[in-house]
Amino acid sequence: MSAAAKIFHARQAMGRVVRGPALVAKDGFSARYDLDRIAGIFSRPTHKLAGRSYVGKILVLDTAKGGVATAWMLHEMKSRGIVPLALVFNSVNPIIAQGAALGDVPILAGFDQDITSAVPDGAEVEVDPKAGVLTIVD
Amino acid sequence: MRLDDEERDILAGKSGPVRQQALQHQIAVGDFFGAEDFVAVTQAHIMADTESLGEAGVRWLEGLAAADENLRRVRVPTITDPRGTDFAKADVLGHTRSMLDLERRAISAFVKLGVSMTDTCINYQTIQAPTRNEHVAFGDTGVVIYSNSVCGARSNFEGGPSALAAGLTGRTPRYGFHLPQQRRPSMHIRVEFTPASLNDWGALGGVIGRIAGNYWEVPVIEGIEGAPRSDQLKHFGAAMASFGSIAMFHIAGLTPEADELSDAAHAPLPSHRVTRADIDALQQSYRSDDRVDVVVFSAPQLSLYELRDLAGLCAGLRFKVPLLAVTSPQVKPDCDRMGYTARIENAGGTVLSGMCFYQSYAREIAEARGWKRLATNSAKLVNILGGYGYQPMLASMEACVDAAVTGKLS
Repeated sequence: MSAAAKIFHARQAMGRVVRGPALVAKDGFSARYDLDRIAGIFSRPTHKLAGRSYVGKILVLDTAKGGVATAWMLHEMKSRGIVPLALVFNSVNPIIAQGAALGDVPILAGFDQDITSAVPDGAEVEVDPKAGVLTIVD
Repeated sequence: MRLDDEERDILAGKSGPVRQQALQHQIAVGDFFGAEDFVAVTQAHIMADTESLGEAGVRWLEGLAAADENLRRVRVPTITDPRGTDFAKADVLGHTRSMLDLERRAISAFVKLGVSMTDTCINYQTIQAPTRNEHVAFGDTGVVIYSNSVCGARSNFEGGPSALAAGLTGRTPRYGFHLPQQRRPSMHIRVEFTPASLNDWGALGGVIGRIAGNYWEVPVIEGIEGAPRSDQLKHFGAAMASFGSIAMFHIAGLTPEADELSDAAHAPLPSHRVTRADIDALQQSYRSDDRVDVVVFSAPQLSLYELRDLAGLCAGLRFKVPLLAVTSPQVKPDCDRMGYTARIENAGGTVLSGMCFYQSYAREIAEARGWKRLATNSAKLVNILGGYGYQPMLASMEACVDAAVTGKLS
Protein backbone atom coordinates (compact mmCIF):
# COMPACT_ATOMS: atom_id res chain seq x y z
CA MET A 1 0.00 0.00 0.00
CA SER A 2 1.38 3.41 -0.88
CA ALA A 3 1.83 6.05 1.79
CA ALA A 4 -0.82 8.20 0.11
CA ALA A 5 -3.38 5.43 0.44
CA LYS A 6 -2.87 5.37 4.19
CA ILE A 7 -3.70 9.02 4.84
CA PHE A 8 -7.25 10.38 4.68
CA HIS A 9 -8.26 14.03 5.00
CA ALA A 10 -11.42 15.02 6.89
CA ARG A 11 -13.36 18.21 6.25
CA GLN A 12 -14.65 18.37 9.85
CA ALA A 13 -12.52 17.76 12.93
CA MET A 14 -12.39 18.41 16.66
CA GLY A 15 -10.30 17.30 19.62
CA ARG A 16 -6.98 15.68 20.63
CA VAL A 17 -4.57 13.42 18.75
CA VAL A 18 -5.16 9.73 19.61
CA ARG A 19 -3.93 6.37 18.30
CA GLY A 20 -5.58 2.97 18.63
CA PRO A 21 -7.31 0.04 16.93
CA ALA A 22 -10.10 0.78 14.45
CA LEU A 23 -13.53 -0.84 14.80
CA VAL A 24 -15.05 -0.53 11.34
CA ALA A 25 -18.49 -1.11 9.82
CA LYS A 26 -20.68 0.47 7.16
CA ASP A 27 -23.47 1.15 9.59
CA GLY A 28 -24.85 4.00 11.68
CA PHE A 29 -24.27 5.13 15.24
CA SER A 30 -26.46 6.22 18.11
CA ALA A 31 -25.36 5.79 21.71
CA ARG A 32 -28.94 5.25 22.87
CA TYR A 33 -30.17 2.99 20.08
CA ASP A 34 -27.12 0.84 19.44
CA LEU A 35 -25.11 0.39 22.63
CA ASP A 36 -25.18 -1.45 25.91
CA ARG A 37 -23.32 1.35 27.67
CA ILE A 38 -22.78 -0.67 30.86
CA ALA A 39 -21.20 -3.67 29.12
CA GLY A 40 -19.47 -1.46 26.55
CA ILE A 41 -20.72 -3.37 23.50
CA PHE A 42 -22.95 -2.77 20.49
CA SER A 43 -26.27 -4.31 21.54
CA ARG A 44 -28.79 -3.58 18.81
CA PRO A 45 -29.26 -7.04 17.23
CA THR A 46 -29.35 -5.70 13.66
CA HIS A 47 -26.19 -3.57 14.00
CA LYS A 48 -23.22 -4.89 12.03
CA LEU A 49 -21.05 -4.61 15.17
CA ALA A 50 -23.59 -6.35 17.47
CA GLY A 51 -21.81 -8.04 20.38
CA ARG A 52 -18.47 -6.27 19.80
CA SER A 53 -16.78 -4.02 22.36
CA TYR A 54 -16.28 -0.37 21.46
CA VAL A 55 -14.21 0.50 24.54
CA GLY A 56 -10.90 2.13 23.61
CA LYS A 57 -11.61 1.65 19.90
CA ILE A 58 -11.54 4.24 17.17
CA LEU A 59 -15.00 3.80 15.70
CA VAL A 60 -15.07 4.09 11.90
CA LEU A 61 -18.72 4.19 10.80
CA ASP A 62 -20.92 5.59 8.08
CA THR A 63 -23.18 8.15 9.73
CA ALA A 64 -24.91 9.35 12.88
CA LYS A 65 -28.38 7.97 13.49
CA GLY A 66 -31.20 8.47 15.88
CA GLY A 67 -31.82 10.75 18.76
CA VAL A 68 -30.24 13.50 20.76
CA ALA A 69 -29.17 11.46 23.79
CA THR A 70 -25.68 10.87 22.40
CA ALA A 71 -24.95 14.50 23.23
CA TRP A 72 -24.97 13.58 26.94
CA MET A 73 -24.06 9.92 26.70
CA LEU A 74 -20.50 10.34 25.40
CA HIS A 75 -19.76 12.52 28.46
CA GLU A 76 -21.34 9.95 30.78
CA MET A 77 -19.51 7.06 29.10
CA LYS A 78 -16.22 8.97 29.35
CA SER A 79 -16.72 9.44 33.11
CA ARG A 80 -16.76 5.64 33.53
CA GLY A 81 -14.03 4.91 30.99
CA ILE A 82 -16.46 2.85 28.86
CA VAL A 83 -16.10 5.03 25.77
CA PRO A 84 -14.71 4.89 22.23
CA LEU A 85 -11.25 6.44 21.87
CA ALA A 86 -12.37 8.50 18.86
CA LEU A 87 -15.15 8.77 16.27
CA VAL A 88 -14.55 8.71 12.50
CA PHE A 89 -17.63 9.02 10.28
CA ASN A 90 -18.42 9.57 6.64
CA SER A 91 -21.02 12.09 7.82
CA VAL A 92 -22.27 13.29 11.18
CA ASN A 93 -25.25 15.09 12.60
CA PRO A 94 -24.97 17.96 15.09
CA ILE A 95 -25.65 15.67 18.05
CA ILE A 96 -22.47 13.66 17.62
CA ALA A 97 -20.38 16.82 17.33
CA GLN A 98 -22.07 18.38 20.38
CA GLY A 99 -21.53 15.19 22.36
CA ALA A 100 -17.91 14.94 21.27
CA ALA A 101 -17.37 18.55 22.38
CA LEU A 102 -18.85 17.94 25.85
CA GLY A 103 -17.29 14.50 26.27
CA ASP A 104 -13.85 15.42 24.89
CA VAL A 105 -13.95 12.58 22.34
CA PRO A 106 -11.86 13.32 19.21
CA ILE A 107 -13.88 13.27 15.99
CA LEU A 108 -13.28 13.38 12.24
CA ALA A 109 -15.94 13.48 9.52
CA GLY A 110 -16.38 14.14 5.82
CA PHE A 111 -13.96 12.29 3.54
CA ASP A 112 -13.58 12.14 -0.24
CA GLN A 113 -14.11 8.39 -0.17
CA ASP A 114 -16.09 5.90 1.90
CA ILE A 115 -13.92 5.78 5.01
CA THR A 116 -15.53 2.51 6.17
CA SER A 117 -14.21 0.82 3.00
CA ALA A 118 -10.82 2.48 3.20
CA VAL A 119 -9.88 1.44 6.73
CA PRO A 120 -9.56 -2.30 7.52
CA ASP A 121 -11.30 -3.50 10.67
CA GLY A 122 -8.71 -3.86 13.44
CA ALA A 123 -6.10 -1.62 11.78
CA GLU A 124 -3.99 0.59 14.04
CA VAL A 125 -4.90 4.19 13.16
CA GLU A 126 -4.03 7.70 14.30
CA VAL A 127 -6.62 10.46 14.48
CA ASP A 128 -5.18 13.98 14.26
CA PRO A 129 -8.00 16.52 14.39
CA LYS A 130 -5.63 19.51 14.33
CA ALA A 131 -4.37 18.40 10.92
CA GLY A 132 -7.76 16.92 10.00
CA VAL A 133 -6.12 13.61 9.14
CA LEU A 134 -6.69 9.90 9.72
CA THR A 135 -3.59 7.73 9.20
CA ILE A 136 -3.34 3.95 9.02
CA VAL A 137 -0.08 3.29 10.89
CA ASP A 138 0.40 -0.45 10.48
CA MET B 1 -16.53 32.19 13.85
CA ARG B 2 -17.16 35.94 13.56
CA LEU B 3 -18.17 37.29 16.99
CA ASP B 4 -19.99 40.52 17.82
CA ASP B 5 -19.08 42.74 20.79
CA GLU B 6 -21.49 41.00 23.14
CA GLU B 7 -20.17 37.56 22.18
CA ARG B 8 -16.58 38.73 22.70
CA ASP B 9 -17.58 39.98 26.18
CA ILE B 10 -19.23 36.66 27.02
CA LEU B 11 -16.15 34.80 25.80
CA ALA B 12 -13.96 37.05 27.96
CA GLY B 13 -16.00 36.04 31.00
CA LYS B 14 -17.78 39.38 31.52
CA SER B 15 -21.14 37.57 31.84
CA GLY B 16 -19.74 35.00 34.23
CA PRO B 17 -18.25 31.52 33.87
CA VAL B 18 -21.49 29.71 33.01
CA ARG B 19 -22.22 31.75 29.87
CA GLN B 20 -18.52 31.79 29.01
CA GLN B 21 -18.43 27.98 29.08
CA ALA B 22 -21.68 27.82 27.10
CA LEU B 23 -20.30 30.07 24.36
CA GLN B 24 -17.02 28.13 24.22
CA HIS B 25 -19.03 24.94 23.64
CA GLN B 26 -21.07 26.66 20.93
CA ILE B 27 -17.96 27.95 19.17
CA ALA B 28 -16.42 24.46 19.16
CA VAL B 29 -19.56 23.06 17.52
CA GLY B 30 -19.93 26.07 15.20
CA ASP B 31 -16.32 25.79 14.02
CA PHE B 32 -16.78 22.07 13.39
CA PHE B 33 -19.70 22.78 11.04
CA GLY B 34 -18.17 25.89 9.48
CA ALA B 35 -20.67 28.36 10.98
CA GLU B 36 -19.76 31.95 10.10
CA ASP B 37 -21.56 33.57 13.02
CA PHE B 38 -24.33 33.19 15.60
CA VAL B 39 -28.07 33.68 15.16
CA ALA B 40 -30.38 34.85 17.97
CA VAL B 41 -32.91 32.26 19.16
CA THR B 42 -36.25 32.86 20.87
CA GLN B 43 -36.75 29.49 22.59
CA ALA B 44 -34.67 26.51 23.69
CA HIS B 45 -35.80 22.95 24.52
CA ILE B 46 -33.55 20.60 26.48
CA MET B 47 -33.43 16.80 26.24
CA ALA B 48 -31.80 15.69 29.48
CA ASP B 49 -33.30 12.54 30.95
CA THR B 50 -31.23 11.16 33.81
CA GLU B 51 -30.51 7.87 32.02
CA SER B 52 -28.60 9.92 29.45
CA LEU B 53 -27.09 12.35 31.95
CA GLY B 54 -25.91 9.75 34.44
CA GLU B 55 -24.14 10.83 37.60
CA ALA B 56 -21.54 12.64 35.48
CA GLY B 57 -24.11 14.75 33.64
CA VAL B 58 -26.01 15.64 36.80
CA ARG B 59 -22.77 16.70 38.52
CA TRP B 60 -21.92 18.81 35.49
CA LEU B 61 -25.32 20.54 35.75
CA GLU B 62 -24.91 21.01 39.49
CA GLY B 63 -21.57 22.68 38.81
CA LEU B 64 -23.28 25.22 36.55
CA ALA B 65 -26.12 25.67 39.05
CA ALA B 66 -23.64 26.53 41.82
CA ALA B 67 -22.67 29.78 40.05
CA ASP B 68 -23.86 33.20 41.21
CA GLU B 69 -27.64 33.47 40.82
CA ASN B 70 -27.41 36.48 38.52
CA LEU B 71 -24.93 34.79 36.22
CA ARG B 72 -26.46 31.36 35.75
CA ARG B 73 -30.00 31.91 34.48
CA VAL B 74 -31.17 31.31 30.91
CA ARG B 75 -31.87 34.39 28.77
CA VAL B 76 -34.69 33.05 26.59
CA PRO B 77 -37.60 30.74 27.46
CA THR B 78 -35.98 27.35 27.94
CA ILE B 79 -38.12 24.26 28.48
CA THR B 80 -37.52 20.54 29.00
CA ASP B 81 -38.16 17.32 27.13
CA PRO B 82 -39.60 14.35 29.10
CA ARG B 83 -37.91 13.45 32.38
CA GLY B 84 -36.73 10.00 33.44
CA THR B 85 -39.74 9.08 35.55
CA ASP B 86 -43.27 9.95 36.65
CA PHE B 87 -42.77 10.31 40.40
CA ALA B 88 -46.43 9.47 41.06
CA LYS B 89 -46.17 6.11 39.22
CA ALA B 90 -42.49 5.17 39.68
CA ASP B 91 -43.44 1.85 41.29
CA VAL B 92 -45.29 0.75 38.13
CA LEU B 93 -42.00 1.13 36.25
CA GLY B 94 -39.82 -0.48 38.90
CA HIS B 95 -37.77 2.71 39.24
CA THR B 96 -35.39 2.62 42.20
CA ARG B 97 -34.74 5.19 44.88
CA SER B 98 -31.34 6.01 43.35
CA MET B 99 -32.94 6.74 39.96
CA LEU B 100 -35.47 9.05 41.61
CA ASP B 101 -32.77 10.78 43.69
CA LEU B 102 -30.72 11.47 40.56
CA GLU B 103 -33.85 12.79 38.86
CA ARG B 104 -34.57 15.17 41.75
CA ARG B 105 -31.00 16.48 41.66
CA ALA B 106 -31.21 17.14 37.91
CA ILE B 107 -34.52 18.97 38.28
CA SER B 108 -33.13 21.08 41.13
CA ALA B 109 -30.13 22.10 39.02
CA PHE B 110 -32.30 22.99 36.01
CA VAL B 111 -34.63 25.11 38.14
CA LYS B 112 -31.62 27.03 39.51
CA LEU B 113 -30.56 27.68 35.92
CA GLY B 114 -33.98 29.23 35.24
CA VAL B 115 -35.21 26.36 33.07
CA SER B 116 -38.99 25.74 32.96
CA MET B 117 -39.73 22.07 33.65
CA THR B 118 -42.36 21.41 30.98
CA ASP B 119 -41.21 17.79 30.51
CA THR B 120 -42.73 17.40 27.07
CA CYS B 121 -41.75 16.27 23.58
CA ILE B 122 -44.94 17.71 22.07
CA ASN B 123 -44.32 21.35 22.98
CA TYR B 124 -45.48 22.32 19.47
CA GLN B 125 -48.91 20.97 20.45
CA THR B 126 -48.96 22.08 24.09
CA ILE B 127 -46.61 24.96 24.99
CA GLN B 128 -46.04 27.23 22.00
CA ALA B 129 -45.55 26.18 18.41
CA PRO B 130 -42.74 28.12 16.74
CA THR B 131 -43.67 30.30 13.79
CA ARG B 132 -42.30 30.43 10.26
CA ASN B 133 -38.67 31.60 10.11
CA GLU B 134 -38.41 31.69 13.91
CA HIS B 135 -34.89 30.56 14.90
CA VAL B 136 -35.01 28.17 17.86
CA ALA B 137 -32.71 25.69 19.60
CA PHE B 138 -34.81 22.58 20.09
CA GLY B 139 -33.78 19.21 21.41
CA ASP B 140 -35.73 16.01 20.68
CA THR B 141 -35.54 15.02 17.04
CA GLY B 142 -39.33 14.74 16.77
CA VAL B 143 -39.74 18.32 17.94
CA VAL B 144 -37.10 19.60 15.52
CA ILE B 145 -38.44 17.83 12.42
CA TYR B 146 -42.01 18.97 13.17
CA SER B 147 -40.89 22.55 13.86
CA ASN B 148 -38.78 22.78 10.69
CA SER B 149 -41.18 20.98 8.38
CA VAL B 150 -44.72 21.75 9.57
CA CYS B 151 -44.14 25.11 11.31
CA GLY B 152 -41.43 26.46 9.02
CA ALA B 153 -39.25 27.36 12.02
CA ARG B 154 -35.47 26.94 11.96
CA SER B 155 -33.62 24.55 14.22
CA ASN B 156 -30.86 22.00 14.17
CA PHE B 157 -30.93 18.97 16.44
CA GLU B 158 -29.66 20.60 19.63
CA GLY B 159 -28.57 18.01 22.15
CA GLY B 160 -29.02 18.82 25.82
CA PRO B 161 -25.68 20.60 26.39
CA SER B 162 -26.11 22.70 23.25
CA ALA B 163 -29.76 23.56 23.90
CA LEU B 164 -28.86 24.66 27.42
CA ALA B 165 -25.98 26.71 26.01
CA ALA B 166 -28.41 28.37 23.59
CA GLY B 167 -30.77 29.19 26.46
CA LEU B 168 -27.90 30.70 28.44
CA THR B 169 -26.46 32.80 25.59
CA GLY B 170 -29.70 33.46 23.66
CA ARG B 171 -28.07 32.38 20.40
CA THR B 172 -26.83 29.36 18.46
CA PRO B 173 -24.22 28.83 15.73
CA ARG B 174 -25.67 29.59 12.30
CA TYR B 175 -25.24 26.34 10.36
CA GLY B 176 -27.42 23.55 9.03
CA PHE B 177 -31.16 24.24 9.09
CA HIS B 178 -30.71 27.89 10.09
CA LEU B 179 -29.46 28.44 6.51
CA PRO B 180 -31.94 28.64 3.59
CA GLN B 181 -29.79 26.46 1.32
CA GLN B 182 -29.87 23.51 3.76
CA ARG B 183 -33.69 23.60 3.74
CA ARG B 184 -34.02 22.87 0.04
CA PRO B 185 -35.04 19.35 -0.98
CA SER B 186 -32.32 16.84 -1.83
CA MET B 187 -34.55 13.95 -2.97
CA HIS B 188 -38.03 13.23 -4.28
CA ILE B 189 -40.19 10.62 -2.57
CA ARG B 190 -43.28 9.58 -4.52
CA VAL B 191 -45.83 8.03 -2.15
CA GLU B 192 -48.55 5.96 -3.80
CA PHE B 193 -51.04 6.02 -0.94
CA THR B 194 -51.97 8.20 2.05
CA PRO B 195 -51.91 6.45 5.43
CA ALA B 196 -54.74 6.82 7.95
CA SER B 197 -53.63 5.18 11.21
CA LEU B 198 -50.83 6.58 13.35
CA ASN B 199 -48.78 3.38 13.06
CA ASP B 200 -49.03 3.54 9.25
CA TRP B 201 -47.96 7.20 9.28
CA GLY B 202 -45.06 6.26 11.55
CA ALA B 203 -44.09 3.33 9.34
CA LEU B 204 -44.15 5.60 6.27
CA GLY B 205 -41.87 8.04 8.12
CA GLY B 206 -39.59 5.14 9.01
CA VAL B 207 -39.38 3.91 5.41
CA ILE B 208 -38.56 7.42 4.16
CA GLY B 209 -36.06 7.94 6.99
CA ARG B 210 -34.22 4.77 6.00
CA ILE B 211 -34.14 5.85 2.34
CA ALA B 212 -32.94 9.37 3.13
CA GLY B 213 -30.41 8.03 5.59
CA ASN B 214 -28.65 11.02 7.10
CA TYR B 215 -29.16 14.41 8.71
CA TRP B 216 -28.32 16.52 5.67
CA GLU B 217 -30.95 14.97 3.38
CA VAL B 218 -34.27 16.79 2.93
CA PRO B 219 -36.94 14.66 1.25
CA VAL B 220 -39.81 16.31 -0.60
CA ILE B 221 -42.79 13.98 -0.51
CA GLU B 222 -45.38 13.95 -3.26
CA GLY B 223 -48.67 12.07 -3.44
CA ILE B 224 -50.07 12.75 0.04
CA GLU B 225 -53.79 13.43 -0.29
CA GLY B 226 -55.93 15.60 1.95
CA ALA B 227 -54.69 17.42 5.05
CA PRO B 228 -52.97 15.19 7.61
CA ARG B 229 -53.68 16.00 11.25
CA SER B 230 -51.06 17.16 13.70
CA ASP B 231 -50.89 13.75 15.42
CA GLN B 232 -50.37 12.02 12.09
CA LEU B 233 -47.52 14.34 11.12
CA LYS B 234 -46.15 13.99 14.65
CA HIS B 235 -45.75 10.20 14.25
CA PHE B 236 -44.58 10.59 10.64
CA GLY B 237 -41.86 13.09 11.50
CA ALA B 238 -40.76 11.42 14.74
CA ALA B 239 -40.26 8.11 12.93
CA MET B 240 -38.43 9.72 10.00
CA ALA B 241 -36.10 11.49 12.42
CA SER B 242 -35.58 8.31 14.41
CA PHE B 243 -34.93 5.93 11.49
CA GLY B 244 -32.89 8.36 9.42
CA SER B 245 -31.72 11.22 11.64
CA ILE B 246 -33.74 13.46 9.32
CA ALA B 247 -34.47 17.02 10.54
CA MET B 248 -36.73 18.33 7.78
CA PHE B 249 -39.13 17.21 5.07
CA HIS B 250 -41.47 18.95 2.67
CA ILE B 251 -44.87 17.66 1.62
CA ALA B 252 -45.89 19.06 -1.76
CA GLY B 253 -48.95 21.26 -1.50
CA LEU B 254 -49.00 21.14 2.26
CA THR B 255 -45.98 22.26 4.31
CA PRO B 256 -45.17 25.98 4.30
CA GLU B 257 -41.89 25.97 2.41
CA ALA B 258 -43.11 23.45 -0.17
CA ASP B 259 -44.74 26.36 -2.03
CA GLU B 260 -41.31 27.69 -2.90
CA LEU B 261 -40.30 24.44 -4.52
CA SER B 262 -41.93 24.63 -7.92
CA ASP B 263 -38.51 24.86 -9.56
CA ALA B 264 -37.15 22.14 -7.31
CA ALA B 265 -39.96 19.83 -8.37
CA HIS B 266 -38.34 19.62 -11.79
CA ALA B 267 -34.77 19.52 -10.57
CA PRO B 268 -32.82 16.35 -11.34
CA LEU B 269 -32.89 15.02 -7.79
CA PRO B 270 -32.69 11.36 -6.80
CA SER B 271 -36.19 9.91 -6.84
CA HIS B 272 -37.75 7.04 -4.90
CA ARG B 273 -41.16 5.39 -4.91
CA VAL B 274 -42.78 4.17 -1.68
CA THR B 275 -45.70 1.77 -1.79
CA ARG B 276 -48.15 0.29 0.68
CA ALA B 277 -46.08 -2.93 0.55
CA ASP B 278 -43.01 -1.05 1.83
CA ILE B 279 -44.71 0.13 5.00
CA ASP B 280 -46.37 -3.26 5.55
CA ALA B 281 -42.95 -4.89 5.22
CA LEU B 282 -41.44 -2.54 7.80
CA GLN B 283 -44.20 -3.35 10.28
CA GLN B 284 -44.06 -7.07 9.56
CA SER B 285 -40.30 -7.12 10.14
CA TYR B 286 -40.94 -6.42 13.83
CA ARG B 287 -43.51 -9.23 14.29
CA SER B 288 -41.26 -11.61 16.18
CA ASP B 289 -43.91 -13.26 18.38
CA ASP B 290 -47.67 -13.26 18.86
CA ARG B 291 -47.48 -13.02 22.65
CA VAL B 292 -47.16 -9.66 24.39
CA ASP B 293 -45.79 -8.78 27.86
CA VAL B 294 -46.68 -5.09 27.83
CA VAL B 295 -48.45 -2.53 25.64
CA VAL B 296 -46.96 0.98 25.48
CA PHE B 297 -48.32 4.14 23.88
CA SER B 298 -45.50 6.70 23.95
CA ALA B 299 -42.86 8.36 21.78
CA PRO B 300 -44.06 10.95 21.14
CA GLN B 301 -46.20 11.69 24.19
CA LEU B 302 -49.90 11.36 23.44
CA SER B 303 -52.10 14.34 22.64
CA LEU B 304 -55.50 14.79 24.23
CA TYR B 305 -57.08 13.45 21.03
CA GLU B 306 -54.98 10.27 21.07
CA LEU B 307 -55.94 9.73 24.71
CA ARG B 308 -59.57 10.32 23.84
CA ASP B 309 -59.37 7.64 21.15
CA LEU B 310 -57.57 5.26 23.51
CA ALA B 311 -60.09 5.83 26.30
CA GLY B 312 -62.91 5.09 23.86
CA LEU B 313 -61.32 1.73 23.01
CA CYS B 314 -60.76 0.84 26.69
CA ALA B 315 -64.36 1.25 27.89
CA GLY B 316 -65.63 -1.93 29.51
CA LEU B 317 -62.40 -3.90 28.95
CA ARG B 318 -60.20 -5.74 31.45
CA PHE B 319 -56.49 -6.00 30.58
CA LYS B 320 -54.49 -9.18 31.07
CA VAL B 321 -51.14 -7.49 30.46
CA PRO B 322 -50.03 -3.99 31.54
CA LEU B 323 -50.92 -1.11 29.23
CA LEU B 324 -49.08 2.20 29.62
CA ALA B 325 -50.10 5.48 28.00
CA VAL B 326 -47.63 8.35 28.34
CA THR B 327 -48.49 12.02 27.98
CA SER B 328 -47.24 15.46 28.93
CA PRO B 329 -47.90 17.31 32.22
CA GLN B 330 -49.91 19.84 30.19
CA VAL B 331 -52.28 17.22 28.70
CA LYS B 332 -52.60 14.98 31.79
CA PRO B 333 -54.90 17.29 33.82
CA ASP B 334 -57.30 17.55 30.87
CA CYS B 335 -57.09 13.77 30.38
CA ASP B 336 -58.12 13.45 34.04
CA ARG B 337 -60.90 16.06 33.80
CA MET B 338 -62.42 14.55 30.66
CA GLY B 339 -62.58 11.14 32.32
CA TYR B 340 -60.13 9.54 29.86
CA THR B 341 -57.65 8.59 32.58
CA ALA B 342 -60.37 6.84 34.58
CA ARG B 343 -61.55 4.86 31.54
CA ILE B 344 -58.01 3.70 30.70
CA GLU B 345 -57.11 2.91 34.32
CA ASN B 346 -60.43 1.18 35.11
CA ALA B 347 -59.51 -1.33 32.41
CA GLY B 348 -56.20 -1.93 34.15
CA GLY B 349 -54.03 0.52 32.21
CA THR B 350 -51.82 3.30 33.57
CA VAL B 351 -51.59 6.88 32.34
CA LEU B 352 -48.12 8.34 32.93
CA SER B 353 -47.08 11.96 32.70
CA GLY B 354 -43.91 13.98 32.07
CA MET B 355 -41.76 11.07 30.92
CA CYS B 356 -41.34 9.00 27.78
CA PHE B 357 -40.93 5.24 27.81
CA TYR B 358 -37.53 5.04 26.12
CA GLN B 359 -36.14 7.98 28.10
CA SER B 360 -37.00 6.36 31.42
CA TYR B 361 -34.48 3.55 31.96
CA ALA B 362 -36.14 1.17 29.46
CA ARG B 363 -33.53 -1.55 30.05
CA GLU B 364 -33.95 -1.44 33.83
CA ILE B 365 -37.76 -1.44 33.46
CA ALA B 366 -37.51 -4.59 31.34
CA GLU B 367 -35.39 -6.31 33.97
CA ALA B 368 -37.48 -5.13 36.93
CA ARG B 369 -40.83 -6.04 35.42
CA GLY B 370 -39.90 -8.99 33.19
CA TRP B 371 -41.14 -7.18 30.06
CA LYS B 372 -39.63 -8.18 26.72
CA ARG B 373 -42.34 -8.51 24.06
CA LEU B 374 -43.74 -5.01 23.71
CA ALA B 375 -46.59 -3.88 21.46
CA THR B 376 -46.95 -0.23 20.45
CA ASN B 377 -48.39 1.93 17.69
CA SER B 378 -45.21 4.07 17.66
CA ALA B 379 -42.75 3.36 14.85
CA LYS B 380 -40.20 5.52 16.65
CA LEU B 381 -40.46 3.35 19.75
CA VAL B 382 -39.93 0.06 17.92
CA ASN B 383 -36.86 1.53 16.24
CA ILE B 384 -35.33 2.51 19.58
CA LEU B 385 -36.18 -0.39 21.85
CA GLY B 386 -34.35 -3.21 20.07
CA GLY B 387 -31.06 -1.99 21.52
CA TYR B 388 -32.61 -2.04 24.99
CA GLY B 389 -33.26 -5.79 24.85
CA TYR B 390 -36.95 -5.67 23.90
CA GLN B 391 -38.80 -7.44 21.10
CA PRO B 392 -40.87 -4.43 20.04
CA MET B 393 -43.84 -4.95 17.73
CA LEU B 394 -45.67 -2.31 15.72
CA ALA B 395 -49.46 -2.45 15.33
CA SER B 396 -52.51 -0.21 15.31
CA MET B 397 -53.85 1.32 18.52
CA GLU B 398 -56.86 -1.01 18.22
CA ALA B 399 -54.70 -4.14 17.83
CA CYS B 400 -52.50 -3.05 20.76
CA VAL B 401 -55.54 -2.63 23.01
CA ASP B 402 -56.79 -6.07 21.95
CA ALA B 403 -53.36 -7.45 22.82
CA ALA B 404 -53.64 -5.95 26.29
CA VAL B 405 -56.90 -7.90 26.75
CA THR B 406 -55.82 -11.24 25.29
CA GLY B 407 -52.04 -11.17 25.75
CA LYS B 408 -51.71 -11.88 22.03
CA LEU B 409 -51.15 -9.59 19.05
CA SER B 410 -53.38 -10.70 16.22
